[in-house]
Amino acid sequence: MLNALTLLIVCQFVGEVIARGIGIPLPGPVIGLLLLLTWLILRDRTPDPTLRQTGGWLLAHFGLLFVPAGVGVVTQLDVLGRSWLPLLVAIPVSTFLGLVVTAWVMQRLAKPE
Amino acid sequence: MDKLFHLWVYLETTPLLGLAATLLVWRAAVWSSSFLGTGPFANPMLLSVLALVLLLLATGTPYSAYFEGAQYVHFLLGPATVALALPMYANLSRIRASARAILPALLAGSIVASGSAMLIASLLGADRTVVLSLAPKSVTTPIAMGIAEQIGGQPSLAAVFVLLTGLSAIVLIGPTMKLMRVADMRAQGLAAGMAGHGLATARMLLVSETAGAFGGLAIGLNGVITAIVVPLLVTFLRG
Repeated sequence: MLNALTLLIVCQFVGEVIARGIGIPLPGPVIGLLLLLTWLILRDRTPDPTLRQTGGWLLAHFGLLFVPAGVGVVTQLDVLGRSWLPLLVAIPVSTFLGLVVTAWVMQRLAKPE
Repeated sequence: MDKLFHLWVYLETTPLLGLAATLLVWRAAVWSSSFLGTGPFANPMLLSVLALVLLLLATGTPYSAYFEGAQYVHFLLGPATVALALPMYANLSRIRASARAILPALLAGSIVASGSAMLIASLLGADRTVVLSLAPKSVTTPIAMGIAEQIGGQPSLAAVFVLLTGLSAIVLIGPTMKLMRVADMRAQGLAAGMAGHGLATARMLLVSETAGAFGGLAIGLNGVITAIVVPLLVTFLRG
């Protein structure tokens, strides 16, 4: 558990160092994700159970981890009050278009499994 | 009464209050959403955010005081994002098998979702901060917040837009797939994960396991693709 958490945090840390040090326009944790994925592929073994357990535990409570940031909306109430109409249109319409385009391209290109 | 006041003053200065409130409200939200069934509002994250916002407003607590404690939960978002590599690795053979379809589908979806959101919002006169914070709205929250910060948006606004996008996707996906006659569960799952991240994927998992697996890989891949596409898109739209 501690080893797994250390691995995850070290990946994020190195990701952060790469992002800020070299100035790659990717969030540090995303580079960390790619580093861990590369490491798993190069190692080519089933990840050890504690890593899977710890990762699984974090991902199972993903929703909770978003809450503190979401509550930050309280500092943005005036912005939301000013822009509620554009948001009310832009969010559902762009979501609909994203669904349509992704499903359409995938259905066109994917071979039957 | 005086004692109670002193207790409150003490609690307000320790991180314990914000942390305990977040965890307790989350427990209560998980518990109550199990009664609300599977509707879009039966989402513990939405319920928790609403409850805590009302709590802060009612007690006049500033967000910075709340975050003092909540930051310990917030911190775990980074390692959790890194951990998304695990389900991606587990699905690696399936990803490889249909990579030629997945990557173009996600790339097209990402450009259309971000671009149309920014375009519509700015045409309707939204603030610049709002427009920039909308760009990563289809991506899973930790990545979206990182992207928003990078391009000059507001991470907490982005987090809210991500939530609203997920709820829209849950409502829209059924009718949209029926309208388009998409029966392939890989395509449905991929679209859910691309347009509605974890919220819509969790929903698709109830319908089909295949859709859930493709939704899961769409969340991770789309996060990476959007993190690359959005800064380019912003430069392009500005120029």
